[in-house]
Amino acid sequence: MTEPRRSAPMRTLRWSLPLGIFVVLLGFLFVGLFRDPREVPSPLIGKPAPQFSLAQLHQPERTLTTADMRGQVWLLNVWASWCVSCRVEHPLLVDLSKANIVPVIGLAYKDKPADGLAWLKANGDPYRLSIVDFDGRVGIDFGVYGVPETFVIDKAGVIRYKQIGPLTADALKQTILPLVRELQQS
Amino acid sequence: MKTLAAAIAWVVLSLVVLEARADNALDARLKTLENELRCLVCQNQTLAESNAPLAEDLRKEVRSLAVAGKSDDDIRAYLVARYGDFVLYNPPVKPTTYALWLGPFLLLAGGVVIWLRILRRRAALPADIDAAAAPTPATTRARALLDGTSGSATVSRVKSKD
Repeated sequence: MTEPRRSAPMRTLRWSLPLGIFVVLLGFLFVGLFRDPREVPSPLIGKPAPQFSLAQLHQPERTLTTADMRGQVWLLNVWASWCVSCRVEHPLLVDLSKANIVPVIGLAYKDKPADGLAWLKANGDPYRLSIVDFDGRVGIDFGVYGVPETFVIDKAGVIRYKQIGPLTADALKQTILPLVRELQQS
Repeated sequence: MKTLAAAIAWVVLSLVVLEARADNALDARLKTLENELRCLVCQNQTLAESNAPLAEDLRKEVRSLAVAGKSDDDIRAYLVARYGDFVLYNPPVKPTTYALWLGPFLLLAGGVVIWLRILRRRAALPADIDAAAAPTPATTRARALLDGTSGSATVSRVKSKD
């Protein structure tokens, strides 16, 4: 009784502040439930694709460089014959190549050329051409940390999008292909 | 001839020792550096701990950069350019990480403020609340009840009802 009564706003604050903090925390945790910690946003988006010069899978004496792809929108699909989830996305790539919308370059990541060739023979070859990154150096330059990964690269050679993990029909239809069309028109 | 052979042996030996010493220093430096870099494949392990093939490649890459004379900061920048700040276990202070760096201190400061207010309020209270409180009709009645003079208390209760 000796204590002075608190003012009304103070009394409201007394319960609303902890409740507010709790609700905010709850919000963060809830959003966290639906986020994949394996999807680390790439710092390369909006930056020029790293320079590379790699031997082609089918014609090892010929190389492909980043500059060769200038002037067209293209996809770089990082795959490997030892990669299990590459088998999951592969039919989508085969369909995509039949639709002839955008050239897809395959990067055989840390793969033996013979294994890669055999894999493509068995599963179908959707690639305009494939290049071999035997020691994974180019993969490091592209910030690859899990296969498969797919990059959308624009006419100026700038990386516009990165799909981490296997392509899905949804990702293709809703994100990648609309982006490709938009970039092709610009 | 003997002295020449001894001199050559000495030079070779000291070179080997120097080389080994430099190697040890490099190993120690890389060990420290790799312990603060994240392996992106097994995300809760450092580059030093992880056995993932990518971690192996990155260790090799880090070593070759170090041998080429790059500083620790150069090497960190090299990895951040490719994999983002996520590779650093020791994140940089910048606007997106202010909450991360300052949050704990803000929480601590808030806790101290609340603690001080409680202490001050307690200090303001008299040592013996019962003795200090001015008698009210209710406390007088309670005192009377406790002292066993309940008769008058009942009367006063009935009276106060009117």
